[in-house]
Amino acid sequence: MFDSDSVVSLSNRVYRRRQIVNRVMLTLSGAAVAFGLFWLFWIIITLLTKGASALSFSLLTQPTPPPGADGGLLNAIVGSVLMAAVATLIGTPVGVLAGTYLAEYGNRGWLAPATRFLNDVLLSAPSIVIGLFIYAVYVAQVEHYSGWAGALALAIIVVPVVVRATDNMLMLVPNSLREAAAALGCPKWRIITLICYRAARSGMITGVLLAVARISGETAPLLFTALNNQFLSFNMNAPIANLPVVIFQYAASPFEDWNRLAWAGAVLITLLVLGINILARSLFRNK
Amino acid sequence: MKSQSNALMDLLFKNLTRTFAFLVFILLAGIMLSLIWGSRESLSEYGLSFLWTNDWDPVRNVYGALVPITGTLLTSIIALIIAVPVSFGIAMFLTELSPVWLRRPLGTAIEMLAAIPSIIYGMWGLFVFVPLFQQYVQPHIIDFFDGVPVLGQIFGGPPFGIGVFTAGLILSIMIIPFIAAVMRDVFEVVPPMLKESAYGLGSTTWEVVWKVVLPYTKSGVIGGIMLGLGRALGETMAVTFVIGNSFNLPESVFAPSNSIASALANEFNEAGGMQKSALLELGLILFLITTIVLALSKILLLRLSKSEGTSH
Repeated sequence: MFDSDSVVSLSNRVYRRRQIVNRVMLTLSGAAVAFGLFWLFWIIITLLTKGASALSFSLLTQPTPPPGADGGLLNAIVGSVLMAAVATLIGTPVGVLAGTYLAEYGNRGWLAPATRFLNDVLLSAPSIVIGLFIYAVYVAQVEHYSGWAGALALAIIVVPVVVRATDNMLMLVPNSLREAAAALGCPKWRIITLICYRAARSGMITGVLLAVARISGETAPLLFTALNNQFLSFNMNAPIANLPVVIFQYAASPFEDWNRLAWAGAVLITLLVLGINILARSLFRNK
Repeated sequence: MKSQSNALMDLLFKNLTRTFAFLVFILLAGIMLSLIWGSRESLSEYGLSFLWTNDWDPVRNVYGALVPITGTLLTSIIALIIAVPVSFGIAMFLTELSPVWLRRPLGTAIEMLAAIPSIIYGMWGLFVFVPLFQQYVQPHIIDFFDGVPVLGQIFGGPPFGIGVFTAGLILSIMIIPFIAAVMRDVFEVVPPMLKESAYGLGSTTWEVVWKVVLPYTKSGVIGGIMLGLGRALGETMAVTFVIGNSFNLPESVFAPSNSIASALANEFNEAGGMQKSALLELGLILFLITTIVLALSKILLLRLSKSEGTSH
């Protein structure tokens, strides 16, 4: 039935088709990477061209202006730094201790696996819902927006990031270290605080840094908690200005100088966030 | 004496850490309960029909969630349609094709897409992307599909620039790094022996990825997609800028509409009474959907890591 020639050419045809499919798919795969990088560079170039012209020293020295006047972003920067600092100070110990329980005491019982599971859900929960939560349990009760409320909302975003990092990093600490210390008569709490924390330090710091980067750009949870404030204020018990919400309001405004300030703020935040991310990565790698 | 105080400290430290673990555990329940409590008026007034009532009118004080729910689901689906194949391509490139020295910088660059704050995506989308899209791309797409039975309807309407499709596209850029990172990680756990056997039988790279790597990592890949979906559903600022914020059911993908998160961002501070309650119920719906999606994602990823090391 078949002469040998046609068998060869048939298998050649199949072979060639497989090669072509392979070639096409590999090209598409490269194109997918190009697609991702394309947006990244477009956004960064936009920020640099639109924002660089708006960057000036007065951004750091003057508060946000009324439309038509000169001004900067001082009040927003102060408010953002204050809230991010308080959120990190609240969220880090909570996250570290909870993560410690998961990694060091959690090999038995239901609490640790359940918490680990819910923590991962919380990690990706919509941040606007966290703003609603703080609004419902705090802002609505004291009946005014405040910097504390904003900081609390951000702290809830910090916690799952730090829990995850602490848990993962403590899991990587070799058990022989713990056993060696225990053999020398060291009680468990000192093994954890003196030995495990030290061994896992760089990974845990990376986790905290990534959490700080994440909350620096968060807008949604601050809309219903910190609100905004036109003036320079250090009072955490009152509405306080912050970069993301100022950017949101000024970008959507019809005034051109407000739009320029929004772009300047956008550049500041993006540089900060990308900078912290790259710092955190290099810190972790050069352990 | 000393050992007694140490035993006491041990107990204290353990219970301290347990208390905080429990705090994290009850946080999720706390969020859920506070939202249910906050939306009690709307829950008792409208009941389940809230979900499919197409009416959001602060003047008449009547509220229904059909438009924001539709908008949220539609934008997220568009985002997935774009993001899943792209993320798969990126993960395949990073694990199979890229030279080793290029893997780390490329991977980091893609991850940076996740680091850019969502408000930046929104601003860039509204002020840079939308005008170009409206002028140069959208009219051609509309013309191209004009008169085609179903697609003409889907890709119809006037070119506003903003709208459901733009929101979905920007969401897709934002979730690509999450899906790609999970896919890359699960592709890396495929035992080299499996892949090498396939290569040894003469498979092409594509055949190895499609017929060996993908079936092996199926549940992990779906878990990654669900993670991306969870992210897309709750994304607020980027969508708020570009979706158009109109309480109308979108007639085509280019029409403006609204999502749950952007309705909250726009209306919550000015709302009172029943409207605030209805908005809190929207938040509750969003939280329930994302929690279910993210929990599914987690279960699928756990299933993959459990099967690691077993023979196939």
